[in-house]
Amino acid sequence: MSAGGPANAAGLRRDALRERLALFSLSLPALVLVVVTMVIPVAWLFWLSFLADDGSLSLVNYRRLVVQPSYGRILLTTFEVSGLATLICVVLGYPLAYVLSQLRPRVANLCMLGVLMPFWTSILVRTYAWLVLLQRNGLVNDWGKRLGLWEAPVSLVYNLPGTLVGLVHIMLPFLVLPLYGSMRAIDRDYLRAAANLGASPAAAFRQVFFPLSLPGLLAGSLIVFILCLGAYVTPAMLGGGRVIMVANGIATDIQMFFNWGAASALGVVLLVLAAAMLFIASRLTRLDRLFGSHGT
Amino acid sequence: MSWLGGPASETQITHRARLWLYVLAALVMAFLVLPTLIVIPMSFSASQYLEFPPRHWSLRWYANYFGSAVWMQATATSLKAGALTMLVATPLGTMAAYGLFVSRLRWARLVPALLLAPIVVPVILVGIGIFYAYVKLKLVNTLLGLVLAHSMLAVPLVLVVVSAALKSYDMSQERAARSLGASRPLAFLLVTLPQIRFAVISSAVLAFLTSFDEVVVAMFVSGGDNSTLTRAMFDALRDQIDPTIAAISTVMILISSLLVVLSQVFGRSR
Repeated sequence: MSAGGPANAAGLRRDALRERLALFSLSLPALVLVVVTMVIPVAWLFWLSFLADDGSLSLVNYRRLVVQPSYGRILLTTFEVSGLATLICVVLGYPLAYVLSQLRPRVANLCMLGVLMPFWTSILVRTYAWLVLLQRNGLVNDWGKRLGLWEAPVSLVYNLPGTLVGLVHIMLPFLVLPLYGSMRAIDRDYLRAAANLGASPAAAFRQVFFPLSLPGLLAGSLIVFILCLGAYVTPAMLGGGRVIMVANGIATDIQMFFNWGAASALGVVLLVLAAAMLFIASRLTRLDRLFGSHGT
Repeated sequence: MSWLGGPASETQITHRARLWLYVLAALVMAFLVLPTLIVIPMSFSASQYLEFPPRHWSLRWYANYFGSAVWMQATATSLKAGALTMLVATPLGTMAAYGLFVSRLRWARLVPALLLAPIVVPVILVGIGIFYAYVKLKLVNTLLGLVLAHSMLAVPLVLVVVSAALKSYDMSQERAARSLGASRPLAFLLVTLPQIRFAVISSAVLAFLTSFDEVVVAMFVSGGDNSTLTRAMFDALRDQIDPTIAAISTVMILISSLLVVLSQVFGRSR
């Protein structure tokens, strides 16, 4: 313990750095797993998408996406379905999040269990439930007839409406959670002040509450839109072959045509779209809030 | 009723004036919760045609399910894959969360972003990418391959949940233990881990369910004797709406709910 001064301080710093590196290395197993099973395979797909059938570098896979009308239709369907599903989620989710945010926290947490239930029931189970409910002799058709809404059974499934119902059901919690969080964070004194200054309830909502809830709403709808872009199970099961989205196109290219070039080009387009949306979302709000908010 | 005329919020709007809003919210809640639950009574129907309410009750679809060697094997595969995924992803994710939290290296900020990527990258892309890699590695249709893939999907969830718990944990307790002579691993095991126990248990449940409920990756990398339950269900549903699936769905809802409730109970008892 005799040596003092700079040499000792440098030694301590070195030891501290060594310890921090050792601690950091605790994350290496997880890192290796993610790199080996995801980063490298996806990078490999990237590479494949730029190869022609004979193995030479080319843009032929991307040209096909533009030239072949079937791919154009797939992309159009994907945007259409994702946009519509997001819109319906906003229309249904905003009022729900609003009412939940007005409840006492205890009651709201209880209701949140209902919103969160989908998180622990399989997508497959929920999609199957809709299949059963919406089929020709299913519950919804039955009740519609009894209520006199329609005479003959209506096609509610294996088409676009069926797909939308299933998608909205799966995506709604992803909108409600961040939206609910941002609504809870709004300071109620602003509304009190608005009312004090003579604003009607409607005006106070329109001019004060709604603008303050916009960032949460935008972030939530972007997340829903991103997740919709990659949807596979719902369109495959409820679309009946009539609703082919990007993910379904990719799967078909692989499973039926073994066309890795086409599938990976479509996959890269999907990834770039999702990344762009995510970037916009990250500008609007803190992302960890979106993913971490269902911890409580 | 006086409650209806009372003020409902800071803007002095009455409950009566926004009764429509409550009704709408209740309907949306019903839309979220009921469709899944309706499968349960339907699974006890005696009819081919899944009526609600069932006119005659029976256990024939359960007999179908539990009597079928194929369904039982798929169920066993899913349970095994889920349990193994939990055993791989929970320690890996917890170690990563702890390591990244205490080391605070500036250049390592990219690591969490990389570890969270599996949440963001569309799962179909992950599915075909892994399929391509597994063909080369001869891991297609193996339990090992399935568990590795599902663990990769589950690690980010464990990371998010455990990191959140560490953020609200007072690290000086661990420092105190170490200044009293405990080694770092011992201090972590005896002081820190018991306090973030709830997060670790819920993330373990999350990891199990991630694997148990997963469809897309399983579709590409599981098959033959190692088909998962979800894959077998997905394939079966392509042909027809088999009521046996209602029985399986009910069992799946039961397993998931049981796990979630158990993890909540464990958390409350601290």
